[in-house]
Amino acid sequence: MVKADIVDEVQNKTGFPRQKVQESVDLVFECVKEALQKNEKVEFRGFGIFRVKERKKGVGRNLKTGETVPIKSGKTIKFKPSSRFFV
Amino acid sequence: MTMTKADIIELVAKRSSIPKKQAELIVNTVFSSIMSALETGDKVELRGFGSFKMKERKSHQARNPKTGDKVFVEAKKIPHFKPGSELKGLING
Repeated sequence: MVKADIVDEVQNKTGFPRQKVQESVDLVFECVKEALQKNEKVEFRGFGIFRVKERKKGVGRNLKTGETVPIKSGKTIKFKPSSRFFV
Repeated sequence: MTMTKADIIELVAKRSSIPKKQAELIVNTVFSSIMSALETGDKVELRGFGSFKMKERKSHQARNPKTGDKVFVEAKKIPHFKPGSELKGLING
């Protein structure tokens, strides 16, 4: 499923003009991205929570050669699914 | 600070200049359609954002942290989100 399929579904369900639906669906993810960029947590009741998680630096290894390679610290997104997924 | 669905709805309504009620319906439908796609085993891919996919988790022995009792956890599927490179770049930038 890609974004176009979601746009289709929203359009079928709401009957709103396609252009508006497309714009709004894009905006939904745009707003989530902007919030995460500001280190904010985004919570959708019944779906899940997105938050930014710090990752510590570590030591990795090149499995082919056995050399150790440093892994830089950074940030990643953690998604915690709502319990609604498990009913 | 936490952003909730209501905040997103407000932002979407304002920026695409549609009534809040319409934005609410759109936002709700977006997430319910993602959920139902995942439940049927479909993968959901959103360019520039990331992808959602159900991952199998094997049954395993766990413990009740309160009582220390051993409990058996059944195998189950859990939704997994993998951030896209654009999103990763954004938060690390």
